[in-house]
Amino acid sequence: MVVNCEQVWLEVSNYIDGEVEASLRSAMEEHFQTCTRCRSVLEGTRNVVQLFGDERMLEVPVGFSRRLQKKLVQPVRTAQSGWSGWSAWLIPVAALALIAGGLELASSGTVNRPPELKSEHAQPAQNIPPDLPVVVSAGARLFHVAGCEFIHNKDKERTMTAKQAMDEGYVPCARCLRKYLNTAGKHSSAPVVSEISPGFEVEDEETHHHGD
Amino acid sequence: MSESHSVLNNPEAAVSEREQDLIARVQRGQRELFYELVQPYERRVYAAALAILRNDADAEDVAQEAMLKALAKINQFRAESRFSTWLIQITVNEALMRRRRERTRRMDAIDENRDEEGAYKPRDFADWREIPSEALEHKEVRQRLAQALASLDRKYREVFVLRDMEQLNIQETAEALGISVASVKTRLLRARLMLRDLLAAGWEQGWFSRLPFEKGTKPW
Repeated sequence: MVVNCEQVWLEVSNYIDGEVEASLRSAMEEHFQTCTRCRSVLEGTRNVVQLFGDERMLEVPVGFSRRLQKKLVQPVRTAQSGWSGWSAWLIPVAALALIAGGLELASSGTVNRPPELKSEHAQPAQNIPPDLPVVVSAGARLFHVAGCEFIHNKDKERTMTAKQAMDEGYVPCARCLRKYLNTAGKHSSAPVVSEISPGFEVEDEETHHHGD
Repeated sequence: MSESHSVLNNPEAAVSEREQDLIARVQRGQRELFYELVQPYERRVYAAALAILRNDADAEDVAQEAMLKALAKINQFRAESRFSTWLIQITVNEALMRRRRERTRRMDAIDENRDEEGAYKPRDFADWREIPSEALEHKEVRQRLAQALASLDRKYREVFVLRDMEQLNIQETAEALGISVASVKTRLLRARLMLRDLLAAGWEQGWFSRLPFEKGTKPW
């Protein structure tokens, strides 16, 4: 069997992977002996495969595993407690309120169960003005400040207040509403519940540490 | 007895047996074991998302969403397919959905799934020498390689990343991406040849001039 350059270029990738049959393999080997162009293609392609195959070429971001683990644990807690993710930290606050308020909340049901969030990427956020006009759109899970470039389905937008959006389970966009997170008290051991306390979509608290 | 003997002699079978046990336990409700189950594949899931989205933050976000989805759908997993392939299928779908939303937003949707007609002809035929893997110690080299990869069309990039960077075999790559084995081979060939040409061009522009390669030789 004799092969020409164009046939070699078609099969060079399979050749490197050992996926050509014996007769073609030996024909290609013979061709590489005499054709410098095809040898150049073979060796360069091999370099590409070897270099990109090196682990160092793709590094997962620092903290990726820890953040993933944290995300995966959240729904487990939800399933066990019957409370949606962010509301878990409301419990001690509610307990304090019960003590301070002389237990009158116990039967009144004024501690409303929060809406189910549309995103699991939610962390406690504070300081979003309840009457801030925001935009939500069909099929999306975030709410945005009007004009935010990350609004999907722009033709199906609805405008409402931040409180209404959160009552419907929407989560603030971490891009256009980030300032409300940054103004929130950082890592206070006992979070202060503002008038509304929705989940806030952020990449990770660590990101903000780096950014500071 | 013969079963345990075969597991002892075959580490892959032992891993797979442990994995099947974990899957069964998670399916029975021990969801806290899910991370243990997916941990060996987290890098691969991230890589698949990154191949499609080309953005670290989006890739991490999608990787997390995909894992959560896999956990929610764990009872739909059937042992006929490999768990890792199933996970990557979910990730690819999540990433494509995210990408489609972005594309719709930018109104530039194009059909990227069609294979190119005709063969790819290499453009550069300079002399070659093997590149030492120490070259990757240089951040600039890694960045240039990453840029070349990012410049490929998505359909080539995703095949190349799964096959050559995450070492899936051809069959697994085809299943994960929902394309034929023949398409995987065609796209892989083009991806490799295009990268080679791109990097050869980079060499001419002096990308690697400060690196310890021999003068007069091209690594690509």
